[in-house]
Amino acid sequence: MRLYAESSKCSGCRACLVACSLNLFKENNPKKAALVIGAHFPAPGNYAVSVCTQCGECAAVCPTGAIQKNDRGAYYVIPADCTLCEACVPVCPENVMFVRTGLAETAWKCDLCGDCIAVCGTDVLRIGEIEAKA
Amino acid sequence: MNGYGGNILRVNLTTGKITKEPTPPELARDFIGGRGFGAYFLFKEVPQGADPLGPENKLIVSSGPLSGLMIPGAGKCDFTCKSPLTGGYASASLGGLFTAEIKYAGLDSIILEGISPKPVYLFIEDDKIELRDASSLWGKGTFATEKELKEKLGEEFQIACIGPGGENGVSYAHINHDYGRQAGRGGVGTVMGAKKVKALVIRGTQPIPVADLDAYRKAGMAMYDACKKSEMLKPWQNLGTTMVVSWCDEIGALPTRNFSAGSFEGGKTLYGPYMREKIVVNDKGCFACPSPCGKYSRMKRYGTNVEGPEYETIGMIGSNLGLAEIEDVAQANLLCDDLGIDTISAGGAIAWAMECYEKGILSKAETDGLDLKFGNVEAVFKVIEKIAKREGLGALLAEGTKRAAQKIGKGSEKFAIQVKGMEQSAYATHSATAMLLAYMTADVGAHHNRAWAITYDLQVGRELVNADKVARVIWLQHIRPMFDTLGACRLQWVELNLDLELYPPALEAITGVKRSWQDLHLVSERIWNLTRLYWAREQPGFGRAWDMPSPRFYTEPPKSGATAGKITSLEDVNKLLDVYYEQRGWNANGLPKLETLERLGLTRLVG
Repeated sequence: MRLYAESSKCSGCRACLVACSLNLFKENNPKKAALVIGAHFPAPGNYAVSVCTQCGECAAVCPTGAIQKNDRGAYYVIPADCTLCEACVPVCPENVMFVRTGLAETAWKCDLCGDCIAVCGTDVLRIGEIEAKA
Repeated sequence: MNGYGGNILRVNLTTGKITKEPTPPELARDFIGGRGFGAYFLFKEVPQGADPLGPENKLIVSSGPLSGLMIPGAGKCDFTCKSPLTGGYASASLGGLFTAEIKYAGLDSIILEGISPKPVYLFIEDDKIELRDASSLWGKGTFATEKELKEKLGEEFQIACIGPGGENGVSYAHINHDYGRQAGRGGVGTVMGAKKVKALVIRGTQPIPVADLDAYRKAGMAMYDACKKSEMLKPWQNLGTTMVVSWCDEIGALPTRNFSAGSFEGGKTLYGPYMREKIVVNDKGCFACPSPCGKYSRMKRYGTNVEGPEYETIGMIGSNLGLAEIEDVAQANLLCDDLGIDTISAGGAIAWAMECYEKGILSKAETDGLDLKFGNVEAVFKVIEKIAKREGLGALLAEGTKRAAQKIGKGSEKFAIQVKGMEQSAYATHSATAMLLAYMTADVGAHHNRAWAITYDLQVGRELVNADKVARVIWLQHIRPMFDTLGACRLQWVELNLDLELYPPALEAITGVKRSWQDLHLVSERIWNLTRLYWAREQPGFGRAWDMPSPRFYTEPPKSGATAGKITSLEDVNKLLDVYYEQRGWNANGLPKLETLERLGLTRLVG
């Protein structure tokens, strides 16, 4: 399973980012969320929502095995095993693998909790089976 | 302190000194946040008789305890100062993403004091707080300013800035944010400009502490769940505030040609569905909002883009100026936003000038050669630019409708549509007594934000004048401003019918303080009375006469439209005030009685 985002429906409100940080860190801090909402203003057009596809590239390169699969089938970070080496960051095709040492002493990513979906009023997000790329 | 950023930031622009002090717990207890903090600091710290454009005035920017949290619409920011438009209390509410960053930077209020010797912008990145040179930005429009700052500093920074209107001292200059959200009313941008502050730039990375994390997440989720189940969610998302254009036109509340009528024969090409189809590109929401009313539009005719127009702008720049095409209104909206002036007051001032011109009170020479008839699109665009530059006719209109009419005279005061010096926003009140009273008694002047009572007028009988109607207005004046105190949007309650009882548990989980709506009403009443006392302190002779509406609403029934021939009598206007003062615990001149101040715990503060 993975998260899907339909960017054209996003209004840029960022409720998902707060819900995400509350799940991952038990904190109100959208700077520590595992989704990204890109703005484009003043030109009109859609917000660009980036989400984890659970491709596993991050887990494959992690030298300490700190990125494992949870019972939802999502890769998640075990903070105690993370050495902040940042190997996972550049391999993420969606740029949603985070290491920001000023903010947290661990890497972080989407663990498919689904809280972002619960607070999105415009139905941008959903969890579905991983579809093979066309 | 749970639910709060925890600090008040003071920036003395004269000396460059920047200091922080912990947010006093008793301030949070008695005034909660947002506009409560603003009213408290204004009353306590800005000396009596201060020049609104002088160094003694302060611009107080405040978030509330819900701001930046997982609560629907938790993105409201209050800007308070002494108003250069009215000489009294100004409090303008800003949506968008700004207020959340205030909290993440560990702040509750930012207080700008003094006057900078040169143009600056205030840079805040957590504890790194600096005044930086803004000479190269001075003179630029709000969009170019925001774009330049974001490109330089990064997308994560939130910007609130002024345009030429604020720099040039237009009495109703606004503060623009996120390419289209404004703290619009009362000249908060004028005060920022007088202080030589071009922009506030902020990014915070600190978490907001809460008292009971699990209870808060549960309460927040329950609110989102209720919003998403509301049958009003989809229609509201589709049209936002433009949903009411057609309704107002049908009931005779759409301001038409300087409020001479409430229905507009060209209204249909201003309606929400027409606008959605013709110009809207996508929706744009404020922080944590499940029901975005913001619409981002593309005007093909002009090759431009704008956030909006919202209902108020459609009413004030559209029908009130006789403009019938939404694309033209959107373009005028863009000009106002970029030049940094409030569309509501600008629309009111231009409509007054148009009526003066059509009646021969202003000659073509006095309009700088413009054929300033209702409906002249090009003339509207030119006047907006003249206002922002204070050039020719624009210099007169930049003073606001009340002062402009006092200067021109010749009976034009009678159709200056304002209360306390603030132009009335976009509800025509010839025959809607609760809404009329709401405008008469709003604490900043004729603004709809404090009590949107017009639906109640339609429910119970629009011409009715009785104690229930007055009580309803007071009830609204306590609930709606409470949202600006808490730092969240009221529209989930107003438009999605979100249960008010969902708020107290969330507030308790966040702050650790149990408050019922009854308690919140008391705080609202405290703030309401404090701002009333502020007016009385600042304006010699302040009283009943200041609550009178434009004579148009009790002497000139519309000749056409849904309210043709209908008018509220002067006797009923006075009766509304009598009952209102009595219910508020004020004397016959509209000033709070000592016992009222004692009940609200205000006697020590006001002396």
